[in-house]
Amino acid sequence: MFVSTEDTLPSFKGFTLIMPAVSVGNVGQLAADLLISTLSMPRAGHFHTDCLIPMAGSNPYVAAAEEAGQPSTNAEVYSRSDLKLAVLQIRTPVLQTKIKSFRKLLVSWIKSSAFSRTVLLSSSQAYQRDDQQLQGTALRYLLSPSLEEQVGEALRQLGWTQLERVSAFPGISDSEQRLYIPGGGITKGLYMDCCTEHLPMAVVLLFCSEGDNVPDAFALCNHLNDWLILVEKPAQGPAPWRIPPSWRLLFGSGIPPLLF
Amino acid sequence: MATFFGEVISVYSRAVEEDDYDNTEEENEEDVQIRREIEEKREVHVRWCQVVSKALESSENLNRIHLIIAVGQNAAGFISAHVLSAADWAQVGWVALWNERSHGSKRPDTAPLPGEPGCVLYQQDSCPSVLICQCTGYVAEDQLFQWAERVLGSVQKRGLSVTVLSDCPLAEYKSPDYMTSSGAPFLRALKTSMHVGTLPCPLLELPNIITGLPAAVLSHCQVHRIPAVLFQCFTDVIHPDSVTMETYKPILSSLSASVKLEASPSTEILQRLTRINDSQSNIYT
Repeated sequence: MFVSTEDTLPSFKGFTLIMPAVSVGNVGQLAADLLISTLSMPRAGHFHTDCLIPMAGSNPYVAAAEEAGQPSTNAEVYSRSDLKLAVLQIRTPVLQTKIKSFRKLLVSWIKSSAFSRTVLLSSSQAYQRDDQQLQGTALRYLLSPSLEEQVGEALRQLGWTQLERVSAFPGISDSEQRLYIPGGGITKGLYMDCCTEHLPMAVVLLFCSEGDNVPDAFALCNHLNDWLILVEKPAQGPAPWRIPPSWRLLFGSGIPPLLF
Repeated sequence: MATFFGEVISVYSRAVEEDDYDNTEEENEEDVQIRREIEEKREVHVRWCQVVSKALESSENLNRIHLIIAVGQNAAGFISAHVLSAADWAQVGWVALWNERSHGSKRPDTAPLPGEPGCVLYQQDSCPSVLICQCTGYVAEDQLFQWAERVLGSVQKRGLSVTVLSDCPLAEYKSPDYMTSSGAPFLRALKTSMHVGTLPCPLLELPNIITGLPAAVLSHCQVHRIPAVLFQCFTDVIHPDSVTMETYKPILSSLSASVKLEASPSTEILQRLTRINDSQSNIYT
């Protein structure tokens, strides 16, 4: 259930929705953080649902706790109407028993909000890439049929690689090919739902492993920026992504000075 | 796969390794029914005494309720030692739920026995506007949302304000400086946007977060625009102890008109609450 911060419901008609799938290395979530922080997107509301594990904290995009204002919850929507962009940030895993209802909830919200397209940022286990997937870049995309008509050609011109189907029975028969996104969380399910519901959805994913996934998040954001041009890319060097203050101390507290 | 010597070795195969979540796709009717029954069994129910439930329904009697929710051994111990013993608090309800780790409280018609883990609601005859929920039982992850919804939903939303007391190990507190245990225990607060008033301690710094029941309650309050404040005590003692309990004292001073505080509780009560760490932890006794 979407609960607006204001008294009136904001209109997302024609907006692009970017959301992460809670997947390996949390790359999609980190990338969503970068987008919200870099574009200084204000919060439009909370996505209040029993499908996610509860969590609360200070505003992750404001450094000083005193200026933080509202606390943040496990799923929130940030938007900027001048960019016609909304980002749904998900901060906790989906409860195992509620995956289906969470997908249903997302699909109905995407439908009722009339987003023009949805971009799902995701990741997949690097160690499970098959021979053809091992070649070239680690970034892949998937388009639902309704979005394929609109942007399929543009993405091919950008040199993007579509996620290869893998054989269902490798080494025995290559006749049966299937979509396989290990470690992708709800990615495959939500993509399939959007295909059957004729919703325009793009999945942008990266093969990676668990670890320090900050570089992966930058790679995913840069890749996405090539297509959507969310931030101006300077003539030289990478796009100026702003790391949110909540990324501090990713590897724990300070170390005891007596150690040295 | 069988080897030359005949033993069977299971071979790791990518082909049969499914996506993490795919096994929930193919459900038959029986699976659905089992799932539904489990869900029903795990439902959270709030039981009020009859007198109170009537009063809660009619907003006239109680139009400005202050709900204090104490989660965890230290916060619950503080309530027992410093608050409940100071005045005539009566048990007015409880939260009935069942999960793998707390079987006891799923007796919908009997309240948790003294000392038994569970969630019990208290109220004072002389001052019915303050309710205390003392929560010592385990609430599973999938029940947290419902717990907050049911407990807070059973109280008049208009005029409601919530205070959550909770504790957490110091090891989970993240700070750029090295944390020595000399500073512990200490409090950090997190408040919803509707909460006004000064706080007796600093706000929770980034990147620290709150999880579990306190997070569920605060999220509910934030979304439903209920003024709420959460106090998290970071302690370096694993078991409940009287020093950690004392840290909660300044929080309730703002409620001193309605909640009487016992400044120095009897050693007998404190001993009963902290007995857990007496003998078992020492091989020489």
